[in-house]
Amino acid sequence: MMNKLIFGRYIPGKSVIHHMDPRAKLLLSFYFIGIIFIANNWQTYVALFVFTLLAIKLSGVKWSFFINGVKPLIWLILFTVILQVLFSGSGGHVYFKWGIITISQLGLVNGIYIFCRFVLIIFMSTLLTLTTPPLELSDAIEYILMPLKVVHFPVYEVALMLSIALRFVPTLMDETEKIMNAQRARGVDFGEGNIFQQMRAIVPLLIPLFVSSFNRAEDLATAMEARGYQGGEGRSKFRILKWQARDSWATVSFVALTIILVVLRA
Amino acid sequence: MSQIIDVAHLNYRYPQQSADDLTLKDISFSVADGEWVAIVGHNGSGKSTLAKNINGLLAPVSGTVTVDGQVLSEKTVWDIRKKIGMVFQNPDNQFVGATVEDDVAFSLENQGVPRDEMLTRVHDALVQVNMAEFATREPARLSGGQKQRVALAGMIAARPRILILDEATSMLDPQGRYEVLQTIQQMKINSDLTVLSITHDIDEAASANRVLVVNDGRLVEEGQPADIFKHGPALIKMGLDMPYAERLKAALKRQGVKVPADYLTEKGMADWLWQLISNK
Repeated sequence: MMNKLIFGRYIPGKSVIHHMDPRAKLLLSFYFIGIIFIANNWQTYVALFVFTLLAIKLSGVKWSFFINGVKPLIWLILFTVILQVLFSGSGGHVYFKWGIITISQLGLVNGIYIFCRFVLIIFMSTLLTLTTPPLELSDAIEYILMPLKVVHFPVYEVALMLSIALRFVPTLMDETEKIMNAQRARGVDFGEGNIFQQMRAIVPLLIPLFVSSFNRAEDLATAMEARGYQGGEGRSKFRILKWQARDSWATVSFVALTIILVVLRA
Repeated sequence: MSQIIDVAHLNYRYPQQSADDLTLKDISFSVADGEWVAIVGHNGSGKSTLAKNINGLLAPVSGTVTVDGQVLSEKTVWDIRKKIGMVFQNPDNQFVGATVEDDVAFSLENQGVPRDEMLTRVHDALVQVNMAEFATREPARLSGGQKQRVALAGMIAARPRILILDEATSMLDPQGRYEVLQTIQQMKINSDLTVLSITHDIDEAASANRVLVVNDGRLVEEGQPADIFKHGPALIKMGLDMPYAERLKAALKRQGVKVPADYLTEKGMADWLWQLISNK
């Protein structure tokens, strides 16, 4: 079940994009989502697509991963697009009109633009998660949150929480699987019956998982304390991030893209 | 030899216990520098509680703990923890880092060791436990024995004077247990280390210089492994397995063979059997 999930997966690789600083990748991905909204005609969308596809090509990740990334969201996208097409009123040539439903040229064009935006955003965020290990992402978030220390935001603690949470995801998945099988062996049917029966069947999975999480937390806290953990202050860091030339070049290319978009904008 | 750990009249009670019900009752013992001491006892006898009292994870009701000349108190607790490395039972629940090298570096990060030194110490420690090629692996992709070896590497990197093993091998298979014990032996050779191991494992107890038997929160016996192993079937009550030679002796006794009362190692037992047969 979990293996089909593309979002948040990491595909190991050795491409330029894999080796980029995660901070650069994270910030540039957000920046990209911002500049998508500059685009307002077909030339700008073509420019965005060419840029995205180049980035994907550079990453060396298979196309199918990106298509699979879009798949779970396709109904949401189509729903939005269809609403946009049917209800955006008259503008340009009107092809069809019935009551409040109007299919016009403007509506169709807007629908296509929205579709493009969705696909671009999903492609870029999939590229980010596929080429960056979760651990590096949490490091990047720690660095990016650092300025918030001024307002006494507990940056170290949040970063530690994030990295421990990420580290325990596979462990807890295994545990979930084990408890499910153990309960199945005792006669619990998961995923059968009506919605209430299904919800009831989750209880013998959830409660042991909760209890064991508390035990784990207790053990982990003891182990951390025994190893001298006294809170975030005064710690040195093993893992550091380095901003390299390729990150600067990536930034430059995004700036260039922004300029192209502004020029091409109608 | 000087005493590195000195426990005097230690009493401990968990907060939820009533006043006259103690988990540890008047425990006193000391451990010499460089000694390997095994603490044995059945489940719930207070062994783990004792270990946690030594490095200040729990605070005793009365009595004192002195580690390397420092009396354990709120002020000295962090100094003392720096001197004591502790490996716990569950390999998964004590793995703090997201990868092997992060976990080994965790204690060093806490001590504020500069990064350059950290890199060499982490690498050396991983080489020592034979895990260098797994440095960037995530814990989910390691076996239980490998995770415990990483935990030991974390201790090697932090260079404690004392290593406390709180049933560190109890969740491992015989192979993993053997590997971990080998690593500890090696650590002891490489650095002047005092080991305090809490265990049900007979091999681990056999490699100790001295065995302390805890029963119902009291220290009931203390002696060389050979003296303790003499007890034969009573060992099961102490929470220990019987050594193979003892089991063989018990089986022979049931068959009416007169067996020596002293503890014999497997080799000693084999020699004795040869003698017995050739004398007939």
